[in-house]
Amino acid sequence: MSPPEPAVTLGNLRVAFGKVQVVDGVDLTVERGQAMALIGESGSGKSVTLRAILRLFHEGRSRIEGTILAAGRDVQALSKRQLADFRGGDVSMIFQEPLLAFDPVYTVGQQITEAIRRHEKISKEDARKRALALFERVRIPSPERRLDNYPHEMSGGMRQRAMIALALACHPQVLLADEPTTALDATVQIQVLLLLRELQRDLGLSIIIVTHDLGAAVEVADRIAVMYAGKIVETGTAHQVVLDPHHPYTIGLLRSRAEGALAKGSRLQTIPGSPPDLANRPPGCPFAPRCFLVEERCRQEMPPVGEISPGHKVACWRTDEASAAYRAGPTPVRAAEPVPA
Amino acid sequence: MSVIPDAPDPFDRDRGGPAQPLLSVSGLYKHFPVRKAGGKKQVVRAVDGVDFDVLKGETLGIVGESGCGKSTTAKLLMGLIERDSGSLLYDGQAVGERVMPWRSYRRQVQMVFQDSYASLNPRMTVEQSIAFGPKVNGVPGREAVERARALLARVGLEPKRFAGRYPHEISGGQRQRVNIARSLALEPRLVLLDEAVSALDKSVEAQVLNLLLDLKAEFGLTYIFISHDLNVVRFISDRVMVMYLGRVSEIGPSDTVLDAPAHPYTEALLASMPSLDPDNRTQAALLQGDPPNPIDPPSGCRFHPRCTLAEPICGEKEPPLDTVGPLHRVSCLARQPGSGHSAAPARALAA
Repeated sequence: MSPPEPAVTLGNLRVAFGKVQVVDGVDLTVERGQAMALIGESGSGKSVTLRAILRLFHEGRSRIEGTILAAGRDVQALSKRQLADFRGGDVSMIFQEPLLAFDPVYTVGQQITEAIRRHEKISKEDARKRALALFERVRIPSPERRLDNYPHEMSGGMRQRAMIALALACHPQVLLADEPTTALDATVQIQVLLLLRELQRDLGLSIIIVTHDLGAAVEVADRIAVMYAGKIVETGTAHQVVLDPHHPYTIGLLRSRAEGALAKGSRLQTIPGSPPDLANRPPGCPFAPRCFLVEERCRQEMPPVGEISPGHKVACWRTDEASAAYRAGPTPVRAAEPVPA
Repeated sequence: MSVIPDAPDPFDRDRGGPAQPLLSVSGLYKHFPVRKAGGKKQVVRAVDGVDFDVLKGETLGIVGESGCGKSTTAKLLMGLIERDSGSLLYDGQAVGERVMPWRSYRRQVQMVFQDSYASLNPRMTVEQSIAFGPKVNGVPGREAVERARALLARVGLEPKRFAGRYPHEISGGQRQRVNIARSLALEPRLVLLDEAVSALDKSVEAQVLNLLLDLKAEFGLTYIFISHDLNVVRFISDRVMVMYLGRVSEIGPSDTVLDAPAHPYTEALLASMPSLDPDNRTQAALLQGDPPNPIDPPSGCRFHPRCTLAEPICGEKEPPLDTVGPLHRVSCLARQPGSGHSAAPARALAA
């Protein structure tokens, strides 16, 4: 066998809808058996990046540029037919809202056996046996009975487990998860996160999980990539990104979390302003207008990606200052914005 | 002074003094009828006997999972849905009776919802939305608009840029600021925030939380803050109430409840929070399964099927909400002397 190639490689990925450049040059490598988290705020392009791996966009209304290699296939070169085999067979995906992802008029069991029989020549009975085994694998209680449930008859956590079972039905190498726990209750969220971690370990799955919740990312991922305005601004191991951040945006995200507040009554550190309008992207670093370390150069020129330490990459001109500011601890927050009379 | 000109409103000022709770809720019930397959009539016990006080000037956080009744409680407090039974006392006065009709109560109590877009009329500019309440209550049009602009400025939206915009023309964080401004237009004393920051991005959420703190200090507000995010609740609340399946499982000062929880459910909720430490990830989930269905809640203590401390008695006896410390009340037999639970503390001598 050849040396193991990465599970997913994105090279200068660019996705545009009309004039809006939603993903603007993303480079990302996910090794086999690794779990990667893409985090960012709404509109940062994280979900679009994920969906581009399966080419889930209408071709007439989107433009995908760059290279996408996943599970050893060149996704851009796949024909329609090959793409259908690739989706679910090599790479599969789970979504935020399983109630919307399942078809409401078929039982969950029917949908899983249908998926298996689409990809393999196998009898109905065997497909159902496989579905049952999958339900046991994702630990759905009384699986035999649950296979005959319609999606609305299951609770939210169970539906997400069923969704995972469906995604794993054809033994994919890569699992893409788009905000898989956002719609779930706290006590259920942690169960699903632990399940994903367990599947990664036991099945050797490569996982890319998109989330806006730093906590969820840390629970599952080996590596974290932080996205802002269609670009990856910082990548590294969970350890590097969360404990030793070097990009001002990552620092802002960590600081603005409510548990970071020092004492009751103290104010939260915030990132001023709001994300840029992607249709009118400013030149230079997209984070510059909100950055606490901004200087003239940032507004003119997009900083290159630099490697801070092995595997820890940051796109910022002033990584040393940013890191020093983070280590110095929270700076006193500015007084409240002036109040116009 | 109130801006509202019509009949003198005795409730815009403090009546009972600082020690009297601003809002006192007792025996609140709300069951929704549902028809299951087969025509059997059943009820969802959304709120099933809830008592609590909201003290003047505090922030009371309410946490719990979906289906625990926290949003139904908020709607009952606003009178958006009718309660089956129970009483609401606002500053010592029963709500819904002649002295305090709903109309004057609702001037004092306002609400901000989770979905910032759905809560604004899409055909009104934000300025019109904010001025609408005061106008209905008799404030002259121009004055109401002026006040709306002042409020917009106060919540950080420049009136020149934002007053004439429609809800779809502004971002989610900005819309939620508009909703907050609107809730303050009638100069309420109590504001209910039902998952008001949950739909916002983290960096915007922090901005809005800061704004809420500032407004509270400036206008002397009292908040009821409903959220499923314990970190946010810990940050903003003075006291925390934990709900499970329509009942209160624990209520007390937020430091006590969130740092030294007495109820096993609160403990499990806290343990479910993702850690932010890559070297110390959560190893096992404390709770298995989903919260049970409020249509047919378990007998006895509603938490006993998922509880680590459960004993046979927990399935038989419904635990009362009893005091275990200063201002700290818990409904768990294992924490109540003389309850029959083997882990219960010994009965205090004076009792």
